Amino acid sequence: MISQFFILSSKGDPLIYKDFRGDSGGRDVAELFYRKLTGLPGDESPVVMVTCGGHHDDRHFIHIRHSGLYLVATTSENISPFSLLELLSRLATLLGDYCGSLSEGTISRNVALVYELLDEVLDYGYVQTTSMEMLRNFIQTEAVVSKPFSLFDLSSVGLFGAETQQSKVAPSTAASRPVLASRSDQSQKNEVFLDVVERLSVLIASNGSLLKVDVQGEIRLKSFLPSGSEMRIGLTEEFCVGKSELRGYGPGIRVDEVSFHSSVLLEEFESHRILRLQPPQGELTVMRYQLSDDLPSPLPFRLFPSVQWDRGSGRLQVYLKLRCDLPPKSQALNVRLHLPLPRGVVSLSQELSGPEQKAELGEGALRWDLPRVQGGSQLSGLFQMDVPGLPGPPGQGHSTTAPLGLGPASLSFELPRHTCSGLQVRFLRLAFRPCGSTSPHKWVRHLSHSDAYVIRI
Amino acid sequence: MVAAPPAEGAARLRPAERRGRAPGGRRPGGARRSALPRGGGGGGGARLGAVGPEEAGLPQGAGRGLSGRVAARRRSDGGPGREGAAPWGGEAGSGAEGLGVAGAVSGRSEPACGPQEGTAGAGAGLAGPWSLGCGPGEAEAGPTSRLGALRRPTFASPRFPRQGWEEPAGTAPGRETMPYLGSEDVVKELKKALCNPHVQADRLRYRNVIQRVIRMPKLDQWGQAEVLNFLLRYQPRSEEELFDILNLLDSFLKSSSPGVVMGATKLFLILAKKFPHVQTDVLVQVKGPLLAACSSESRELCFAALCHVRQILHSLPGHFSSHYKKFFCSYSEPHYIKLQKVEVLCELVNDENVQQVLEELRGYCTDVSADFAQAAIFAIGGIARTYTDQCVQILTELLGLRQEHITTVVVQTFRDLVWLCPQCTEAVCQALPGCEENIQDSEGKQALIWLLGVHGERIPNAPYVLEDFVENVKSETFPAVKMELLTALLRLFLCRPAECQDMLGRLLHYCIEEEKDMAVRDRGLFYYRLLLAGIDEVKRILCSPKSDPSLGLLEDQAERPVNSWASDFNTLVPVYGKARWAAISKYQGAEHRGPELPNTASFASSGPLIPEEHKETVQEPDSGALMLVPNCQLTAEYFEKTWFSLKVAHQQVFPWKGAVHPDTLQMALQVVNIQTIAMSRAGAHPWKAYLSAQDDTGCLFLTELLLEPENSEMQISVKQNEPRTETLNGFISVLETVLGTIGDIKS
Repeated sequence: MISQFFILSSKGDPLIYKDFRGDSGGRDVAELFYRKLTGLPGDESPVVMVTCGGHHDDRHFIHIRHSGLYLVATTSENISPFSLLELLSRLATLLGDYCGSLSEGTISRNVALVYELLDEVLDYGYVQTTSMEMLRNFIQTEAVVSKPFSLFDLSSVGLFGAETQQSKVAPSTAASRPVLASRSDQSQKNEVFLDVVERLSVLIASNGSLLKVDVQGEIRLKSFLPSGSEMRIGLTEEFCVGKSELRGYGPGIRVDEVSFHSSVLLEEFESHRILRLQPPQGELTVMRYQLSDDLPSPLPFRLFPSVQWDRGSGRLQVYLKLRCDLPPKSQALNVRLHLPLPRGVVSLSQELSGPEQKAELGEGALRWDLPRVQGGSQLSGLFQMDVPGLPGPPGQGHSTTAPLGLGPASLSFELPRHTCSGLQVRFLRLAFRPCGSTSPHKWVRHLSHSDAYVIRI
Repeated sequence: MVAAPPAEGAARLRPAERRGRAPGGRRPGGARRSALPRGGGGGGGARLGAVGPEEAGLPQGAGRGLSGRVAARRRSDGGPGREGAAPWGGEAGSGAEGLGVAGAVSGRSEPACGPQEGTAGAGAGLAGPWSLGCGPGEAEAGPTSRLGALRRPTFASPRFPRQGWEEPAGTAPGRETMPYLGSEDVVKELKKALCNPHVQADRLRYRNVIQRVIRMPKLDQWGQAEVLNFLLRYQPRSEEELFDILNLLDSFLKSSSPGVVMGATKLFLILAKKFPHVQTDVLVQVKGPLLAACSSESRELCFAALCHVRQILHSLPGHFSSHYKKFFCSYSEPHYIKLQKVEVLCELVNDENVQQVLEELRGYCTDVSADFAQAAIFAIGGIARTYTDQCVQILTELLGLRQEHITTVVVQTFRDLVWLCPQCTEAVCQALPGCEENIQDSEGKQALIWLLGVHGERIPNAPYVLEDFVENVKSETFPAVKMELLTALLRLFLCRPAECQDMLGRLLHYCIEEEKDMAVRDRGLFYYRLLLAGIDEVKRILCSPKSDPSLGLLEDQAERPVNSWASDFNTLVPVYGKARWAAISKYQGAEHRGPELPNTASFASSGPLIPEEHKETVQEPDSGALMLVPNCQLTAEYFEKTWFSLKVAHQQVFPWKGAVHPDTLQMALQVVNIQTIAMSRAGAHPWKAYLSAQDDTGCLFLTELLLEPENSEMQISVKQNEPRTETLNGFISVLETVLGTIGDIKS
């Protein structure tokens, strides 16, 4: 049961404020929340906060941060945090679906729509429904979109590798438009976007052995088709679940655990690895899977560090060689290496292997940016630093052991058109036949990105 | 997993089963199950499958059980089908032992059964995923039913409750007339049913209501969570009914929504509060969803899950040990998640993973964020209580960094360690020299000075380090450091007089003549007079036993039973942490009480304690009619002897803010006939008190209060010389009232 719900911008300005029960103080609650949030002592978590005292009774603030906005619910009951957090993220998805994307701009342009939506979703603080089909019957306001969407706006890097007939690439913003076609504009296309997104967390020991690999994968679907149109998603046939299952020849694609959205029908999953579903309009996570410790493909990156440390002069020299083990056709984007340094590093001189790379010191760490790394390539950087006054264990002269405080290095990157588990979407078929108009566009994208890719030095 | 095929095979072969399957069933149990192997969950089923045919010697017994269950279920839905009763008598017998869906239903109509029929019971155990393990009912059954022990957590596939049910007639219209407000009508219906005494009285009707409600297709995840919350209000009458309900609700444990899974877990934990093995099995099942939430993209969800993981770890320390890698931090995570993860790592450490966990934690100690680095060092200190050598080595290495924020925390950790694990004293003493250059804050200085004072005889340069402190005592800003310095120097003087005599004189002179802080001055005067009394007297007072050995033991025993937190599961309590929650709710309680019950509130603040206590004891006649004897005078020696000879009968934590006023407390306790044997002075860290009381039957209650101001809670340990729970509870409630009242006065 929620007392109030409000949305704050990243600077704390209230964008939306809704009081469902009228049982507690006015708008200043939002301000109070932001004050509490910014003045929180370091060891307390901001997720759940409580106000005590004042004229209004005590309230718990529970919030999520979503694309820079704070979505906050207050309650005076001891309710389930899981349900409430889930509700908040569902609200974020819904708002995104209705307004195109979730940002300060879209929210403030669509205030009326947001209030209308909140009215329907929650009644007196209780959830009524969050399903798109239900809501669409009741929502009258149309979303205001800032600029018309153009398919040919290809300025941004396109990531939608497509299996479609026209091997076009849609810009990555293509999916951010309101789900419901506006009534005036009938030209909106019927489109389906399917993303296979994997998050990779890896821990590599200083001797190069692999300590931990964890892949969290999701198949996300954003459908602009009318609700109830059936689709079938074919996954790689060698997709195995669990350690013991064996399919096809060769090692197969193995994951440890899978869970599906409740609207997915699994009749053909066992035999052909086909998911059948009738998705509601909007965004939906079709399938989640996890894979740990056993990766079929080699890791995307290996780092070979070597450290020279001259204690006498306080000179620290770090040579980093980064090898990208992706297939030669693939590439990694926005690669950034973050290497914490011992305290007191004063100067940095660098020799990098490519002109587009950049390295700088900041917040006690070295940051090495590599905008684009081609599969199979090797990059290197030589960094020299002065660390005056860094004491070491007894001994003289050079040593190759890293001083305490150096490392571990962590990498962040994106791998378009690549899944670490090897899972691919074979096909996406729609049973939907639109009357007269063109057949719907289907966009499929595979993407891996790093969650935590840590290499100890 | 090995034996899962037979069970499944049996299910597939039965035609009755096939027919029974709902045509539009949207989740084919078999496919779903095999697609989702559950860690650990299969174990029970596998054990069972192996036992079933072999021991029973009747493979068809399983099949019989299955078809029987189908019919029984149909019967329970479609009214009293008398004709069904006879064939299922066999497994009705085994069902009467309290198993599964079928057993519960048919067992009711046909309670009589021959012991030889118990063989079919092995099959019946498969009926639902949840069954009674070694229930009391088993004793009635024949010897063959010993199998029951092996039947324990039957996690047989949950396909069972799903198939074969005809749609209850009542649901359809309601669903169609009210398509909107998906969950609300369901909840309303449930409320109505649960408020109806006829439904409450009749188990089958209640069961039907649940059934109808949870099978409503329009029930979305919010509705499910709500329904689960509601079901908490119902207390099943019998064990069969209990397991029946668990089986009905089993599918919720596998929902894809964390809110529903956690709601179901809480319901299961509470319903099965008398069956620890069922609780453990539920917690095993929920491991997967919790871990998934812990690595979720949503930081907030991740945080909530981590808090719950910690909660579970308090009761089942080994529960997540094999998944320790999931709790490694990454540098991009927010601070509050990292802190939780470090806590979790600290709690799940065991012989196998200690090496890896420590290595990971060591990496955090040099983190850019000082707070996080210190948290990691404290975590290593916590692990050091079990794995002392490795941890002390890591901590010693950290001293080599010579950074203030690290050194001070390491020294504090050392101080606690030396106290709790005296075997590491040698290593600590070797590591200490040189630390003094890098410590600036009060806590760190106190810890260092304490260590130098207590173990100064093993640290060669201890007097010279202390000498530096003495020389700079004028510029020292913290009185606590000066107090510590006085004590430490006096201690060191006892073992190394030649080196310390001179500076001790200077320090005493300074403290008595120039110091402005009264506490320091009094302490100086006290030591001065003590020295006048002769060196033997000083030794007797300062070098009496150094630590309270019971403390370390108590801390290790902190494992709490699942039931102590089951009702807090999936609420805000674990998210806030128990101590903070207690502070919040205490405050809330005071706030709420204010307007509603002015009497109580004014009473609490004006503070005449006597009537309240008497009321308390009078009001609770069921608390074992506790009568504390007024004049029970125990000597301290007798108390000590008895204290060490007894085990802790009860231990709990009581929220407490701020310091204690010993006099007030002592007076208040006197009023309710609790004697104070010993008490720390006000403001001591940690603050302790030893209390004793005796009731009219001669039963002694010995109590230790331990207040650690940093986590703002009072730890109460009660020992009793006769194990009698009722009087113990009575005593504890009296004690709580006193403490609560004192706490109210202060705040």
